[in-house]
Formats: sequence, C-alpha cells, structure tokens
Amino acid sequence: MSLRNLPTTLIVGAGIFLMWLVVALCSPLLMGTDPNALNFEALLQRPNINHLFGTDHLGRDILTRVIYAGRIDIWMGFAGVLPALIIGTLFGLMAGYFGGVVEAVLMRVTDVTVAFPFFVLVLAIVAVLGPGLTNFFIAIAAVGWVSYARLIRAEVLVVKNAEYVLAAKILGYHPLFIAFRHVLPNVLAPIIVYAMTDAVLVILFGASLGFLGLGVQPPTAEWGVMIANGQPYVTEAWWICLFPGLATVTLGLGFSLIGDGLAKHLRIKN
Amino acid sequence: MQRYQVILQRLLHLLPVLFGISLVSFLLVQLIPGDPVRLLVGPRATEEVVAAVRERYGLDQPLLQQYLTYLGNLFQGDLGQSIVYRKPVGELIMERLPRTLFLAIYVICITIPSTIFLAITAARHQGRKIDHIITTSAVFGITIPVFWLGIMMARLFGVEFGWFPVSGYGNTFFGHLHHLFLPALSTAIWMVPVLVRNLRSAILEQMEADYVVAGRSKGLPEQYLFYYHILKNSIMPTLNLFGVMVAVLFGGTVIVEKVYAVPGLGDLMISSIFGRDYFVVQAITLFFAVVTITVTLAVDIISTIIDPRVKL
Repeated sequence: MSLRNLPTTLIVGAGIFLMWLVVALCSPLLMGTDPNALNFEALLQRPNINHLFGTDHLGRDILTRVIYAGRIDIWMGFAGVLPALIIGTLFGLMAGYFGGVVEAVLMRVTDVTVAFPFFVLVLAIVAVLGPGLTNFFIAIAAVGWVSYARLIRAEVLVVKNAEYVLAAKILGYHPLFIAFRHVLPNVLAPIIVYAMTDAVLVILFGASLGFLGLGVQPPTAEWGVMIANGQPYVTEAWWICLFPGLATVTLGLGFSLIGDGLAKHLRIKN
Repeated sequence: MQRYQVILQRLLHLLPVLFGISLVSFLLVQLIPGDPVRLLVGPRATEEVVAAVRERYGLDQPLLQQYLTYLGNLFQGDLGQSIVYRKPVGELIMERLPRTLFLAIYVICITIPSTIFLAITAARHQGRKIDHIITTSAVFGITIPVFWLGIMMARLFGVEFGWFPVSGYGNTFFGHLHHLFLPALSTAIWMVPVLVRNLRSAILEQMEADYVVAGRSKGLPEQYLFYYHILKNSIMPTLNLFGVMVAVLFGGTVIVEKVYAVPGLGDLMISSIFGRDYFVVQAITLFFAVVTITVTLAVDIISTIIDPRVKL
C-alpha cells in the first residue's frame, strides 16, 4: 500500500494532526518552559516580532500558551474518546453477538441516554461531580460509550450471520473467541471513523467546558480557557481570543479530514 | 387507521424512556459529593436544623422512597425549589423558556433555508468549483467552537461595525430579532454544515435512482424531475437528522446564551451550576430531555405522514 493510493483528505488530515502532535510534544524545546510566565512590561501587546501572536493582559506570550495548550487539548481528544470507545465496543459486541439480557439492557440505556442532549447531560454530570479535567473524562465516558455500543451492535448483527462466523462455529471455537477474534476485527472500521468525528466533538466540548470555567482550571493553558481569558479584552486585544480558536479549528480539521479520508478509503458510509 | 396505531405504539414506547430520564435526573443529585442538606442550610447551621430540614425534604427516607416522592412531585408539576432564587424551579423555567425558545426557532428559521439552498447548489454542481467550496466550508463549520465564533462575530459585527447588539435580549419582537441575530447565526453556522453534507449526499444518491432515468426517458424537464422527484425523496434522511440536531441545538444554546448574555434557560443552568443550585440544574436537565423526546417524536410522526412506508 503506497501513500499515493490514500485519499488526499486522509493525508492532509494526518499531516495536520502529526504537526500538532510534534509541536505539542516538543513545546519546551520550541517555546521555552513556562507558558504561565508573566511579563508586566509587555501587557496586551499586538502580534509583533517578539511575540508573534501577541501577549495577554498578564503579559503572557499567546503563542507559547497556544502551543502548550495543544498538549492538553490533544490529550482531551484521546482520553475523552478511548474509554468510551472501549466500553462501548465491549458492550455492543456482547449485545449484538449474544443478545439476551445484555442487549435488552443496552437498548433501554441507549433510549434513555439519547433522550438527553449530549452536552447538557455532560454538563450536568460535571456540575455535580465538580469542575476539572478528570470529571470531564468521567462524564464523557459515561455518556459517550452508548453511541459506540449502538454502532457496534448494528454492525455485529450484520456480520454474525456471515459464512466465516458459521464456519468458526462448526469448527467448534468458543463463542467468546469467535466474538473477539472473528467478529470484532470486521466491525471495527466504522468505529474508527466515528471515533475521529467523536474526537472533534470531545475537543470542542472540552474547550467549551474550559470556556465556561468547568473544565481545565486557569492558569493552566487550554484553548477554551484562553478564549475565556481573552473575552473581556476582545475589543482592544482581539488576538488573545483569535489564536486559540484557530488552533482548535485546525486540530478539529485534522481529525475531521482523517475521518473523511478513512471513510472514503474503507468505503464506509459516514 | 393503521397510522394511528403506529403512533400509539410509538407513544407507549416512550413510557420506559420517561421513567429512565426521571431516574437519571434523580440520581444526578445523589452524585453530589457531600451532604445536600448542608448546602441548603449553610455551614453554620446546627445539627438539629440539619436533621429537621432532612426530615422535611424526606431526605432521611430510603433511596427508593425518595425517588417515588420525586416522581410523585414531578407528576404534580413540582420540579423542586431553587435555593438561590427561593422560588419554585418550574416558575424559573417558565420565565426563561420563551427566550430560549425564541432563539431556537430563530436558529431553525436560519438553518432550514440555508441548508436546502446550499445542499441543492452543491449537488447540482457536483464536482465543480462551487461544490468544492461548499463541501470544504462544511468541514470547517463542524470544527469551529461555537463560543469562539460567537465572540469573534460580536467583535466584528457588534463592536467594529456596530450593526448588532452584543448582549441581552431586547424588549420588542423586533428587538429580540435584532438582539438574537448574532447568537442565532453562530449557532446556525454550527448546525448547517452537518445538515448540508447529509442532504447533499442524499440528493446525489437519489439522482442515480432508476426512477430518474425513467422520468428522463419519458421526457420530463430536468427542473421538474429535480424538484418534484429527486428532492422529495432526499428529504427523509435529513429530516431525521434534523430532529437529532434540534436536540443538540438546545445543548448549543447553553453556550451561546452564555457568550451573548441572553437570559435564557442555558444561562440559568450555568449560573445554577456555579451557585450550586442543584435542583435547578436537575430540573433543567430533565426539561431538556423532555423537549428532546418531544422533538424526536414530532419528527417521527411527520415522517410517517410524509412517507407512509416509514415504520416507527
């Protein structure tokens, strides 16, 4: 498989994502070590040669903070998606392949969960658990796994009647072995594609919570938090808000394009 | 006759869901770390006061008993008391609801025409420049944080050009329209892309259908074929998605109301979270869920009316 056969969107998306990953991992090398360094001699400076993205009301360098925040926001994408993906996949696989009680319970839980607007439920859970990144991850996992379970179950229902599953049954393999070894690999593709869209959503929600003051707590640099910090100064200093927002858009774009490209490559209807 | 049976069945299906959401919203408050009674009476109250309040609110009862009481109160339309406002939560919600509803309907009024227009334009020029522009902007639209877009648009159209107010709700109907334009627009910009992508691909799929070839060979004009056959058949999947999106929209208004200081339900929810006014948070969450169910139900019923083949 050469790169040339891959869809352009996938390559561009992966490029954007890798760029963010490298920048985030190397941030101490690129930007110095302290994103919270105050500088009272350079308050609210426009973008200039010393501060390419300008400075905020405490003289902190926006570019440094945007890059350091990338670490947290990328981490949010992963830690927000993976638990939901794993829990949802397990439940969906069990429900789809074995049916019975697990399936009945899953369907009821799904009906109830989708009855709530996603963001409102996440917000409510964070509200009672208290602000912070860990509670955000708990809330996202508690609500998000349902979508994965539903998706996997639907796929499993199709695959479980396939001839290779029948063949495995006749060969006398253990049902669990068949479920994990034969069925699971064949239903993963749509999940991976969905996970990319989900990552965009999770990052946007995480940033929104940061913006509302319920996610990552200041002074830690996170894009949503930075935008909230800049809001009171937006009239005179638009750059404080502008750059973290653009950063969110580019990272989201990376995940979106990867998702689109994968869907095209794996011929999945998105 | 059969249609009514289908709808009735769908309604019966709702009962366990309603039961479920009441259970979730009940359990939400149980998750609060610490003692809710302490929050109610403040840290300086004596043990006797705490015990008295606990008894008065039935919080000394077993959990199941408490849930049944909660359910009973809900049936009587009692959503609890707000600690901060010292008012029934139901009253608070009714006060705020018209503003959020106005915003939501405003968003829908912007969303529907622009979705249909953009999707048709893209689909009819498939593969050409205009199609690329629309589909590419759609990808961008999905990734833009609504609150950021809100702030940036307030800065540009509100402060720089001075065309629109950047906060508040206004006093007259046209005042509302004027005040809520930017909030509605930023929410719509976030909803339209998903719907456009969906409708566009539905149209493209229908364009390949056999009946289109049949119509064309019969000599039907392309315009007629497109608007009376293709478009009609493409609407269904988007309509279902639209139902989901409206539910999501209510979640979106929470943030948008915060950015533009619209004193609606979302704004109430956020301030209640910070005020630790948990019964308000609980009630609003429940309320949003009921709205969502109602919208999905309405969309399902509309689907059966538009397309009798749809099974619920």
